[in-house]
Amino acid sequence: MYQFQYFRPKSLDEARKLYENNGDAKFLAGGQTLIPTLKQRLAQPTALIDLGGIGGLAGIKVAGGAVTIGAATKHFDVASSPEVRKAIPALAQLAGHIGDPAVRHMGTIGGSVANNDPAADYPSALLALGATVKTTSRTIKADDFFTGMFETALEEGEIITEISFPVPEKSAYMKFPNPASRYAMVGVFVAKTAAGVRVAVTGAASSVFRETAMEAALTKSFTPDAVANIKVSPSNLNSDLHGTAEYRAHLVTVMAKRAVAAAR
Amino acid sequence: MTASIVGTAVKRKEDHRFITGQGRYTDDINRPGQAHAYFLRSPFAHARIKGINTTQALAQKGVVAVLTGKDLAADKLGGLICGWMIHSKDGTPMKNGAHPALAVDTVRYVGDHVAIVIAETHAQAKDASEKIDIDYEELPSVTNPAVAQAAGAPQIHNEAPNNTVYQWELGNKAETEAAFAKAVHKVSLDLTNNRLIPNAMEPRAAVGEYDDGTGGYTLYTTSQNPHVARLIISAFIGLAPEHKLRVVAPDVGGGFGSKIFVYAEEVVCTWASKKVRRPVKWTAERSESFLSDAHGRDHVTHADLALDAGGRITGFRVRTIANLGAYMSTFSSSVPTYLYGTLLSGQYDIPAIYCEVDAVYTNTAPVDAYRGAGRPEATYVVERIIEEAARQLKMDSVEFRRKNFVTKFPHQTPVIMNYDIGDYGASLDAALKIADYKNFPARKAEAKARGRLRGIGFSTYIEACGLAPSAAVGSLGAGVGLWESAEVRVTPTGSVEVFTGAHSHGQGHETTFAQVVAGRLGIPIENVEIIHGDTNSVQFGMGTYGSRTSVGMTAISKALDKVEAKAKKIAAHLLEASVADIVLENGEFKVAGTDRKLAFHEVALNAYVAHKFPTSEIEPGLKEGAFHDPTNFTFPAGCHICEVEIDPETGVTRIMKFTAVDDFGNIINPMIVDGQVHGGVAQGIGQALLEQAVYDHESGQLMTGSYMDYTMPRADDLPSYDLGVTNTPCPSNPLGVKGCGEAGAIASPAAVMNAVTDALGIKEFNMPATPSRVWAAINRTRQAAE
Repeated sequence: MYQFQYFRPKSLDEARKLYENNGDAKFLAGGQTLIPTLKQRLAQPTALIDLGGIGGLAGIKVAGGAVTIGAATKHFDVASSPEVRKAIPALAQLAGHIGDPAVRHMGTIGGSVANNDPAADYPSALLALGATVKTTSRTIKADDFFTGMFETALEEGEIITEISFPVPEKSAYMKFPNPASRYAMVGVFVAKTAAGVRVAVTGAASSVFRETAMEAALTKSFTPDAVANIKVSPSNLNSDLHGTAEYRAHLVTVMAKRAVAAAR
Repeated sequence: MTASIVGTAVKRKEDHRFITGQGRYTDDINRPGQAHAYFLRSPFAHARIKGINTTQALAQKGVVAVLTGKDLAADKLGGLICGWMIHSKDGTPMKNGAHPALAVDTVRYVGDHVAIVIAETHAQAKDASEKIDIDYEELPSVTNPAVAQAAGAPQIHNEAPNNTVYQWELGNKAETEAAFAKAVHKVSLDLTNNRLIPNAMEPRAAVGEYDDGTGGYTLYTTSQNPHVARLIISAFIGLAPEHKLRVVAPDVGGGFGSKIFVYAEEVVCTWASKKVRRPVKWTAERSESFLSDAHGRDHVTHADLALDAGGRITGFRVRTIANLGAYMSTFSSSVPTYLYGTLLSGQYDIPAIYCEVDAVYTNTAPVDAYRGAGRPEATYVVERIIEEAARQLKMDSVEFRRKNFVTKFPHQTPVIMNYDIGDYGASLDAALKIADYKNFPARKAEAKARGRLRGIGFSTYIEACGLAPSAAVGSLGAGVGLWESAEVRVTPTGSVEVFTGAHSHGQGHETTFAQVVAGRLGIPIENVEIIHGDTNSVQFGMGTYGSRTSVGMTAISKALDKVEAKAKKIAAHLLEASVADIVLENGEFKVAGTDRKLAFHEVALNAYVAHKFPTSEIEPGLKEGAFHDPTNFTFPAGCHICEVEIDPETGVTRIMKFTAVDDFGNIINPMIVDGQVHGGVAQGIGQALLEQAVYDHESGQLMTGSYMDYTMPRADDLPSYDLGVTNTPCPSNPLGVKGCGEAGAIASPAAVMNAVTDALGIKEFNMPATPSRVWAAINRTRQAAE
């Protein structure tokens, strides 16, 4: 990696100031994407601002019909939380299958969501569950948060502090992993919520998206058969050496069907 | 007690240091004053170098030197060599392009070495490398072997018109054509053998050190054969006289063939250590391993089988294009020829075989031996077409194989090999039983009820190990003999040091070889030390590859013969008996039929004290050496059976059962043998289902340059294996051993793919059977039916 300055602020305020005072600074959360990127010399920030020293950013609360997770909470802690397992088992299960054990003990929900990797798991949970992202300056709905490949509604210097997931009636996440990387080649999160059924797809396109035809069908009948014959258009889906857009489109239907069957 | 140690599952002596992090690998070696190297590599598949400007790089912080191909040429160093001469069918020698250790005017693959940057730290060297200004003129490239010979394809070496290195043949063309003319049934198959990247756990590394006081060099390197590396670097590259070059291959973390070869980095670091008068250290990053370790396989093949009315094979014809990459690696020419064509008879009595192989240059990393080296490619062709023939003839594939098995030994095939011994029916029978073959239809029906496609596939393989009789390989073009050496030194206290020219990089030699010694001498295994990997301590050796430690162990056995003979003479004097009456039993020299005896260590001490025997007749000391040249290859063989289930919705293939029954002859340590089979089968399943090196045919870039895109097998991709053994002891060595290191990788891909094609009900389907490719095949079949 290239040389950079390293800071470990104690407060969000200090972090913001460091960001403003350093030309091309980057925030470091769990580092599970950023550090490999630096090692590959694919990024050259002037400074890393490590958010790990800021108190109060990690933790899980269940109250008022919502699961609220601090941005610095590790995937392992979400996966193993009895409260999350009880309230939204699909979310705990999703977190328990991110990367490998090392990644799950380092990576954080805030870092994953802010990075918005097209093949990351968490964005599908946020979108399907209708989560809200709380930052240092505002609250953003998941529908408005994920704006494109590795792009979000976050503004310069804005830091995610917590994410709040309304508890659904039932939900499930089905991931078809890329055989090599084990990132989601297609991941479908299905949630039956008070506000209706929501289906979010990750891995298949440049960013997470909602599959509205499936949502409509599942609103009428929340059964695997309701989506089994819904064909997804491959036109905007990824195509690479691991699978064509047609294959990914097909997998969206299969994973959606299996998620509905597994929802609880 | 100790006599029975041979054949038992002794825990590996070397594992204590490996498991506790105390192994000493090349990267663990740090020499006083060392500097660190980074190799700048070509970003282009094919380009002309119009100029290299290193001025800015040299001015960077910490930089010691920047050296290029021109500097190497100025010192008159030779290029890297290919040590096996192949002649084309027209009699001309192979057309081998120059292979400079650093490119001079042309780069020929992405990853080709352009310059070495030496600095105080690795990071500084890497930073400075970005400041080297190279004026490249990009040239069109070709990476697909199937089109490399086409008119108008970019030419990679002037020496090799049409990118063709050789056009080789083996077997009898006229007899084979006659067999096809008379054939009642003909079966054809098109196959590719996917290109693989070895991915040893330890990346390649080298530390070169020049000693101005002695004028000698030391190279610490990740090598499977340090003596061969020394010989090549000295005699052919001309870096230093052989006695002024020490090569040390310490603990090596896996090789799988990829560390047999002499690589540019080893040569350049050693050469540069004199230029900068400091030790120069380089350790590959994983990305460099992907780009520049010699890759494996990469064949395109068409095969035809001729059969009579009763289903007997009468002829076999094979035409293969083998991709050798951009340069000829150390033994690359032998892999798709004498390690491939010679195995095309499989376990079958085939009267006529004819094989043609065109070896081609492409703008890809060099391709050379990878676990199995030619034999997996041969087995894949044979076992896929055998299975296909059974299907087309509507015969049970087990009975079809049985009908065509070689059953009388020795058996001379039409492709050089003389099979000395075997019992193919026995290993097949044992495997059928372990695999519960008779109940397969019930399992298939049960799977169907769950919506899964279940298939079964066989691979009744043979391979050739124990490389190899020196005169035989010499007549086939090898530049070296493939004997092995050993020296057994008994210390005055009766412990034993064994110096072997074989090299251990995961095989467990320190245990297996010690078992042979302990068992023979009747001493505790703790008293035996196996020493290897340093040209300064070991006499000479050809190294470890091709499952050839039967040769190394036989050399030890021969040295032990001499030790025992001398010790008996000394014991005879001490016991005042005739030498003929002395026997060695359970670690004691005894006078047969009496209670007079001496412990092994007492005789050892007396050998060195030399008070009690006439030194005019018997020299003091107890140390003997031996060189062993085998009289034949060894022929491990067996039967692998794979059962898969395919989820037709996703195309995911799961291996439900994997049975491997192998005839490795006598077994020294069954636990280590099982481990070798496990690892080999894992690599074979990796090839069949997961792994594939992909170059973009337009840009020539390696698309699978990291684990994000190159699928290494993980534990959850693999089943638990059901293993068995049969035994026909090898007649060509006194231990009766054959070799077990590669069989798993040789046999298993065909078994897996025969199971996949059985489940899918299709004929032609290439590896790897990834979910997307399987799903596409299912779709094609469905659409064809509609």
